[in-house]
Amino acid sequence: MRPLPALTSALIALMLASLTVGAADIRVTDAFRDPQALLVLLESRLPRTLSVVLTGAALSVAGVLIQALVRNRFVGPDTSGTAEGAALGLLAITILWPASPLWLRMIAASLSAMVTTALFLAVIRRLPVREVMLVPIAGLVLSGVLGSVVTFVGWQTDLMQYVGTWLMSGEFSGVISGRYELLWIAGVAAGLAWFSADRFAILGLGDQVATGLGLSTAAVMRLGLAVVSVVTAMVVTTVGMIPFVGLVVPNLVARIMGDNLRASLPVVALAGAVLVLACDLAGRLVIHPYEVPAGTILGVLGAVLFLWLLHRRPPRSKPAHG
Amino acid sequence: MIQIQGVSHAIGGTPILHDITTTLPKGRLTALIGPNGAGKSTLLRLVGRLEPLQQGRITVAGHDVATTPTDRLARVMAILGQQTAIASRLRLAELVAFGRWPHHKGRPGPQDQAQVWLALKAFALTDLADRFLDEVSGGQAQRAHIAMAWAQDTDWMLLDEPLNNLDMSHARSLMARLRGLVDQGGRSVAIVVHEINYAAAWADHVIALKGGRVVAQGTAAEVLTEARLSELYETPIRVGTHQGRPLVLHHA
Ligand SMILES: Nc1ncnc2c1ncn2[C@@H]1O[C@H](COP(=O)(O)OP(=O)(O)O)[C@@H](O)[C@H]1O
Ligand SMILES: [Mg+2]
Repeated sequence: MRPLPALTSALIALMLASLTVGAADIRVTDAFRDPQALLVLLESRLPRTLSVVLTGAALSVAGVLIQALVRNRFVGPDTSGTAEGAALGLLAITILWPASPLWLRMIAASLSAMVTTALFLAVIRRLPVREVMLVPIAGLVLSGVLGSVVTFVGWQTDLMQYVGTWLMSGEFSGVISGRYELLWIAGVAAGLAWFSADRFAILGLGDQVATGLGLSTAAVMRLGLAVVSVVTAMVVTTVGMIPFVGLVVPNLVARIMGDNLRASLPVVALAGAVLVLACDLAGRLVIHPYEVPAGTILGVLGAVLFLWLLHRRPPRSKPAHG
Repeated sequence: MIQIQGVSHAIGGTPILHDITTTLPKGRLTALIGPNGAGKSTLLRLVGRLEPLQQGRITVAGHDVATTPTDRLARVMAILGQQTAIASRLRLAELVAFGRWPHHKGRPGPQDQAQVWLALKAFALTDLADRFLDEVSGGQAQRAHIAMAWAQDTDWMLLDEPLNNLDMSHARSLMARLRGLVDQGGRSVAIVVHEINYAAAWADHVIALKGGRVVAQGTAAEVLTEARLSELYETPIRVGTHQGRPLVLHHA
């Protein structure tokens, strides 16, 4: 079974299912006759489905990029200080200018995410090359510290409610038309990364090989940093951080297809969309008509998948970096 | 020609190379020899711009490595560093194909594919082309790395200890191919070798380094003498001849 057609079929099936499931009792097939059904479909079901797909795809691609940037498989945009950085930016702009327009909040979140992710990259540059596990640990520590800062400031300024929606529970129940479109920016950013897929793959080979092949590593690092930060910032701003996708999906795909990113990035994007959509659907069905956040389901499922990955490492795992 | 003029280098305050001035002749196979820690890898990395130059000047076929754009240099020289372990999960054919990247920048043509195929064939990798790097032996992975540099098809090829992990037959076949590259292809090759007899048997030009200084340079016959080698390695060494070339014996 080839991954691309299989995942495409799965995604289409899940999207159709997603359009039919929801609190309002409508029939999708009536949409052409029943204006009420059409309204629910266009204003709620379709935006929700698209937002889930965009989030899953973009976060997974961001995961591949951050892993190529740090040359370590055990990190994702949720464990590299990126999401917390975005939240920090949102918090700052909310405090400084409570009535700031959306585009400004988006820029603040993206820039702040870039700064904290760059900090992560700077920290791990100084770690001993052979200590593969220090990189994810450094990421977790940095994320933890930044998260604490966000929480502390959130408490002090009475904004904890917002902080919760950004970082604690990624979920899609609030998505309606007009409140998710930022995610298209995440999708486009992830799509742009595909055009530089070769460059990211070469970057993943290590500084030495990349320089030998004439790649300007600094420029590629900046591009990767920008994509990872923008994707994460858009997700944090609109639906809240979704854990584990950016970590688990790239690993699963690399195990099967390897790291030739030109071929594997589309598969990564599709697999991420399928995984998050499946979790969101499950969350909508288990206690119907109530919901479990997709982020919560992914938290559990992702942890299990991650443990499984840790125990099934490649036959001869090699040290990271070049 | 590679010209190295007044190159000094320090790592973390410790001087590694001291005012090195030498040339690697064009159209020759040059061997860099010397004891562990002599600075061979550091020098090769500086030539291959894997390390920023601190002092002095290096030109490769007229291109100043400090100022020429790195992608331009990638079409003039290919470099294989000493540390080849990489974390990526690539098929051998995909890794070798990246050797063509400096030429096509993401749009490989039929000519690029032909080059990749030739490189895989030259290093007996065609049967392993679809295997992942982490699923082959150390010597096979090493050959894939050399094949990538080979596919890059540049006037200069710099290889740091390419014989690592290679058995006698693959080592011999690599040296013969490098020789062919020089003799028939008109290319220039520089390699760091530890097994001195590979330099004795195949190299035109030998540069001996010790303690970050050039202590001898010249043709293989000029440099690989009993007095020079015994001093270089601080151990008694005998040199005989075999088929008109030096043969270095350590069971003296
Ligand atoms: N990253 C580094 N930090 C400190 N010293 C180094 C580093 N890399 C190399 N050296 C030192 O530089 C000297 C030359 O190293 P190298 O060029 O690798 O030698 P060779 O390749 O001739 O064995 C050695 O003494 C080595 O210990
Ligand atoms: Mg060395």
